[in-house]
Amino acid sequence: MTYSYPDLQGHFGQFGGVYMAETLIPAVEELRDQYLRFRDDPEFKAEFEYELKHYVGRPSPIYHAKRLSDDLGGAQIYLKREDLNHTGAHKINNAIGQALLAKRMGKKRVIAETGAGMHGVATATVAARFGMECIVYMGAEDIQRQAPNVFRMKLLGATVVPVESGSRTLKDACNEAIRDWVTNVETTFYIFGTAAGPHPYPMMVRDFQCVIGNEARVQMPEMIGRQPDAVIACVGGGSNAIGLFHPYIEVPDVQIIGVEAGGHGIASGQHAAPLTANSKVGVLHGNKVYLIQDENGQIIETHSISAGLDYPGVGPEHCLLKDIGRAQYVAINDDEALAAFDALCRFEGIIPALESSHALAHAMKIAPSMAKDKVLLVNLSGRGDKDMNTVANLKGITL
Amino acid sequence: MSRIDTTFEKLKQQNRKALIPFITAGDPAQAFTVPLMHGLVQAGADVLELGVPFSDPMADGPTIQRASERALKNGMSLRGVLDLVAEFRKQDATTPVVLMGYGNPIEAMGWEAFAQRCAEVGVDGALTVDFPPEESHEAFEHLQAHGIAPIFLLAPTTKEARIEQVAKLARGYVYYVSLKGVTGAGNLDLSAIEEKLPQLRRHIKLPIGVGFGIRDAATAKAVAKLCDGVVVGSRIVQEIEDSTEQNVVANVGRLVQELRVAIDNEKE
Repeated sequence: MTYSYPDLQGHFGQFGGVYMAETLIPAVEELRDQYLRFRDDPEFKAEFEYELKHYVGRPSPIYHAKRLSDDLGGAQIYLKREDLNHTGAHKINNAIGQALLAKRMGKKRVIAETGAGMHGVATATVAARFGMECIVYMGAEDIQRQAPNVFRMKLLGATVVPVESGSRTLKDACNEAIRDWVTNVETTFYIFGTAAGPHPYPMMVRDFQCVIGNEARVQMPEMIGRQPDAVIACVGGGSNAIGLFHPYIEVPDVQIIGVEAGGHGIASGQHAAPLTANSKVGVLHGNKVYLIQDENGQIIETHSISAGLDYPGVGPEHCLLKDIGRAQYVAINDDEALAAFDALCRFEGIIPALESSHALAHAMKIAPSMAKDKVLLVNLSGRGDKDMNTVANLKGITL
Repeated sequence: MSRIDTTFEKLKQQNRKALIPFITAGDPAQAFTVPLMHGLVQAGADVLELGVPFSDPMADGPTIQRASERALKNGMSLRGVLDLVAEFRKQDATTPVVLMGYGNPIEAMGWEAFAQRCAEVGVDGALTVDFPPEESHEAFEHLQAHGIAPIFLLAPTTKEARIEQVAKLARGYVYYVSLKGVTGAGNLDLSAIEEKLPQLRRHIKLPIGVGFGIRDAATAKAVAKLCDGVVVGSRIVQEIEDSTEQNVVANVGRLVQELRVAIDNEKE
């Protein structure tokens, strides 16, 4: 099996592409050309690796969640600790890569969209690190549920712009960032946070995030003498997942499982799980993907307990992996994610992000029925400090 | 000859420029769209651009975003817009109507069904903001097969090679976006338009309409001097938002009449 996507126009099979207004086409073409120029440049690669090692703190360890696994009584759960990265999530890997590219392209102003705030924090961080002006667009609803991250971005010198249009969440923040980019296209680099959007973003973000899976492929044999039986990650847009999955696509016998946000349950219609819910193919934010929409092609408001997964689309490569059957996609509901959150706190002394709790919840669901020598590698994509308010509210506690 | 071609041919003979107003279908309510369309024609519009509302209008500024939100709240859908055009055609068989919007509602309906229904109800052209030529091959086949003109945007940032590419695919007219930004932005740069147009004319033999940023009679007149048609969107949508149900048709008519007079006096 040879897997080589996307094609030169950014297509992953029927998915992906460049669906943008004419004003931005030259900008995405310039970005594509510059990225292709630098991605194999030894100096660029060396600088990226240096930053990942000395600034982010990579490689991130893999940890055997032994007490939790023993309690479940089945497969062994291992965690790829992206939560231990500087800024507390995988988002920094991509933000560093794009900031280095922005620097080479002479752009001094960076913009970003953010949902949970982790990508906003990562972007504000690299902007401070490289001396760039930073504007972060964030849905007004998300600003409320992620207040600590908003303050963090401001401390780092970023301007956080609340977005009041539409559902006031991640997709609307994307719309607003795109509007800014159209208006300021000559001076501005859009640091896009997930492996979606117009080409080259899905490919570029994946490439920067592949450090996760590349490390895991070396670390797992060191720890257990072989690769895991399955790799599991949560999928909103899907950047932490594709970063773990992509290096495993051509590794035989490793099952790939993406976990979407089931919200109140697929049947309730209040979820953010386009792949699991068999949503129709559509076009939003520059790419063709499976998309939660009504019969008239209008985008429906999604629901998830986790702001970072609360998005109606999903990256094009995940759509392809679903169609070719190389990956399997499932959904975890809000309450299951919360239970996994609690379990990791109590059994392992690790407070996970609500996003990552979805991936963990699925591992906890399947582990008990598996043999004790089976191994599940879960991407613990971020830490849960940012979710204190949300979790406290759900438990009826005022902080 | 299509309605769009006939209209521009006639204007050329009269040595006049086209006035192309934009309204969002279903704004302020569905019952107003057809009366507004007839009102626009009576006030001097040559081509009508009818916006198909979309939940995520990324290329639009706040004015047209709000119009889309109002229209969707009123239950407007792509099929509904097509029905409104059928209604309009009962009394107007000559004024060209171009649908403008985003690709996903058409993807959901299916391009063949869409193109077929456009031909049935008398839609003349379709402008899909987020479908550039590279991603539109399938769409064109269906539009062309039913005689619906694909209308394209060109921008100040568009390079010459792309202008050539668009020139080959475009029918009806080409819509030049006069500024870098979203609809309704205020920073119109006339000298930049003047500089860009000769480059466009080298490749594009179709009429060129200019839009984005045209706020009043003075800017409409100045832009009319440079091109073949003036597109006015956000200013009209703003007038709709500021009006009551009682005076909306009259107010919009008065505004468009002012624009008409200004454009016809472009040579003064």
